[in-house]
Amino acid sequence: MRKDKKTIFKRVAQVVISSLVALSIIGVLVFVTQGRDMPVLDTHGTIANQQRDLILLTFGLGLLVVIPVLVMLFSIAWRYRAGNKKAKYQPEFDGHLGLEALWWGIPCIIIIVLAIITYVSTHALDPYKSIESKTEALKVQVISLEWKWLFIYPDKGVATLNYLNIPEDTPIDMTITSDAPMNSFWVPALAGQVYSMTGMSTKLHLMADTVGSYKGTSANISGEGFADMRFTVNSMTSDNFSKWVIEAANSKNALSKDSYAQLAKQSKNDGEKTYMLMNNGLYNEIVMKYMSHQAADKPADTKIDTTETHQMDHMDHDMSGMDM
Amino acid sequence: MFESIQQIVFGRLTFEDFIHEPIMAGAGIGMVGALFAVIIGLTFFKKWKWLWHNWITALDPKKIGIMYLIVAAIMLFRGLADALLLRAQQATNGSAELLNSDHFQQIFSAHGSIMIFFVGMGVIFGIFNLIVPSQIGSRDVAFPFLNSVSFWLFAVGMILINMPMVVGEFSNAGWLAYPPLSGLEYNPGVGVDYWIWALQISGIGSLLSGINFFTTIIKMRAPGMTLMKMPIFTWSVLMSTSLIMFAFPILTVTLGLLALDRTLGMHFFTTMAGGNPMMYINLIWAWGHPEVYILVLPAFGIFSEVVATFSKKRIFGYTSMVIALVAIAFLSFTVWLHHFFTMGAGADVNTLFGIMTMVIAIPTGVKVFNWIFTMYRGRVDFKTPMLWFMGFIVTFTLGGLAGVMMSVPAVDFQFHNSLFLVAHFHTMIVGGVLFGAFAGFAYWFPKFTGFMLNERLGRYAFWFWIVGFLLAFVPLYILGFMGATRRLDHYDPSLGWQGLFIVAGIGVMLICVGVFFQLLQIVYSVIKRKENPAGSDPWDARTLEWATNSPPAEYVFATIPTVTTRDAFWEMKQTKKKPTEPEYEDIWLPKNSGAGIIIGLFVLIFSGAIVWHMWWLAVLGLLGAIVTTIIKLSDDEPDYKLTAAKIAKHELKLKLKLQEKTV
Repeated sequence: MRKDKKTIFKRVAQVVISSLVALSIIGVLVFVTQGRDMPVLDTHGTIANQQRDLILLTFGLGLLVVIPVLVMLFSIAWRYRAGNKKAKYQPEFDGHLGLEALWWGIPCIIIIVLAIITYVSTHALDPYKSIESKTEALKVQVISLEWKWLFIYPDKGVATLNYLNIPEDTPIDMTITSDAPMNSFWVPALAGQVYSMTGMSTKLHLMADTVGSYKGTSANISGEGFADMRFTVNSMTSDNFSKWVIEAANSKNALSKDSYAQLAKQSKNDGEKTYMLMNNGLYNEIVMKYMSHQAADKPADTKIDTTETHQMDHMDHDMSGMDM
Repeated sequence: MFESIQQIVFGRLTFEDFIHEPIMAGAGIGMVGALFAVIIGLTFFKKWKWLWHNWITALDPKKIGIMYLIVAAIMLFRGLADALLLRAQQATNGSAELLNSDHFQQIFSAHGSIMIFFVGMGVIFGIFNLIVPSQIGSRDVAFPFLNSVSFWLFAVGMILINMPMVVGEFSNAGWLAYPPLSGLEYNPGVGVDYWIWALQISGIGSLLSGINFFTTIIKMRAPGMTLMKMPIFTWSVLMSTSLIMFAFPILTVTLGLLALDRTLGMHFFTTMAGGNPMMYINLIWAWGHPEVYILVLPAFGIFSEVVATFSKKRIFGYTSMVIALVAIAFLSFTVWLHHFFTMGAGADVNTLFGIMTMVIAIPTGVKVFNWIFTMYRGRVDFKTPMLWFMGFIVTFTLGGLAGVMMSVPAVDFQFHNSLFLVAHFHTMIVGGVLFGAFAGFAYWFPKFTGFMLNERLGRYAFWFWIVGFLLAFVPLYILGFMGATRRLDHYDPSLGWQGLFIVAGIGVMLICVGVFFQLLQIVYSVIKRKENPAGSDPWDARTLEWATNSPPAEYVFATIPTVTTRDAFWEMKQTKKKPTEPEYEDIWLPKNSGAGIIIGLFVLIFSGAIVWHMWWLAVLGLLGAIVTTIIKLSDDEPDYKLTAAKIAKHELKLKLKLQEKTV
């Protein structure tokens, strides 16, 4: 009898201690999380909004399996613990066609649903797909360098370093390349990421739906200064954007072939800069620099007309760049 | 003149390469010091002979298995120390100035490579060696000498990956070293070369080992053990080793091409001259994704044995379990592109690989349900291996949920390379592979030592591990939602990430306490071994390895058992056949051989010389390895005979000893 009391006391103590531990963990996590910015969930762009909905949807679908699994795990483990002699013991019970059909079947159905969602969403949110809108799209060329981001507005004659100004509710057509090791262009509040690679031109479309400043970063390691490859995207009213473009186009800094060569050298923490763009074909030149087969051996032989747009078409879909 | 001679002799090695920053230097000096202490200890206690005859030259898989586990344990400490440094850096946001960016990047590259290649692979090969032969009723593996070579190649890889602590630097390009960052242009030093050769050599060891165990299972099962009567663990090893045979050649070639780029200036993966880094990323993941399953399938197998044994019940849905294993193994080759949805492949390609990824969740889910239903109507005894099982199901389903979310390409664009991804694969690999290895260790420990592990300390270890684990990785999931990317040595303080990084750091410290309890458990159990003898079958287990003595005799089975059903040993116990006086036969066992370690040393010379561009030495090392192999293979009498009389005598002695204990 006394022994029983002791075990009961011990069990109660265990339950109390473990609940306290669990509660304090949750408490601490809430404390360090509350009030923080969560750009993946707190989105401000057409694409990111849909991606957030998709995250919540797949999470919910997953819970349909996870919750029953955890409930079954603990209830069965508790019921059939060795100490519980009242529970049925059937050591030969090693299969049940119905039950097994059930758990081959239900996940299959969930995966079919998820597969349909995947097909539809992957095509709808293809980063290469243009965003439909009444406003005309703004072209931006993105170049990752060691260790900074260069943004070129080819139609506006403007370039920026480590920040990107965009008009709100306007589709942005981005083409992305690298003149450095591979990076990944990511502005979580606006859209998911796409790699930037040398000799390749990848694409990303996004559209901000409100005015505001959003943090962008490189999501792929690219050498010593990689952690500092941060930039800001400022979404502004189209009036303000037009004003800024005029201001920027009259900037004292000019981005020419020579000043680009300077800029492309390794450096960290360059801060934000604004340039007047002197060379419209700069982006193409940077991509083409890596495209020639002989480039490494005899650079003098290669004469490629980098301003020809049809060559760029070849590279539109990344992989096709390979067969040039 | 002097300089050119120096260059020919020493390649690019100079005196400066031995000088390191304080932390690195401390670690290096510590490592060399420990090595000296071991050498002095061995000399002082006159143990060199013992070490050579009993361990270094051993071809007995039971001994090779233990050596694998020891190396893996040491590497676990190294990897854990790396993790502590990384977390300390991030929790203080670099303000403690522990590490500079370059050093931080070297450490996370080392952490990943070491944990996968030298901890993950180490523990699974250790357990293969210890369990597979006796579980299928065999005395040995198919190629005992090859097994020793595999182990020593693994050990050479381990030495190479730790060498940068003493001389030179390690790769700073992450655990998979994507070009162009890992190319000559951005990484001219020795770091990436160390990485390449450490993985290349241990990878070849893994490939040989995979072939060895595949052959062992196919050819050396006890009479009567058909494929569908094999224990699930053996099935999981069969699938894991077939993955090794198909996947590791891809790794060998990929690393080989990268080495050609770096050493001979070729252009497979450069962006110039027609090379293409995207090809590397495809190839490395064509190996890398199956690699995940190479590690986790054996863990699945271990849990299948554990849950059946401790529920005192047959495994539920044996056929489903086998089909699921085969399906997972096959599917694991069809999903590699989900590691780079963000590289800009078209929507159709991404959709296909996304759906294939989700499909893997089906057989995996079936396994989880079958494990849970193995407990149903059983008598579940919650010993430490079962605790690890429970922890595994919880972490694995949660990690799996994150995995299914990321298999949708449009979702992956928001999680790729973020800490959400990092948390996901740690949940799967720590919660799956490592928890599986711990369960297997606690389960099979009595078999290989003859005494029990202390339960109480094991439970403490488990609870510290699981709480530490949640604290270390739940914050990373949350940080992923905050847009935190991986591999940052510092971040903008205004983002408010620091609190979560501190919590994660505390989690790692709790894990370290768990590891401390594991060590204490082993030491304590060894000291108290006389009081806790295991007997041959302490868990009332079901499979053939428990039909042997604890620890098993050198020849394992005096007579090879005949199998009639699944759970062969359980069946033997149920039918309680009166053992007839067995008829012993002569047994041939492989002689010990020092050729394994000699080949290993030559390969170490070869690969180390290539890293430092000492071409003459590389040629010498390669020649040495080839010549040693030829000499060893031309040995006409690699085996020795154990006569029937000797075996009878030994068996009688064991029986008497056992009776003495029970009396």
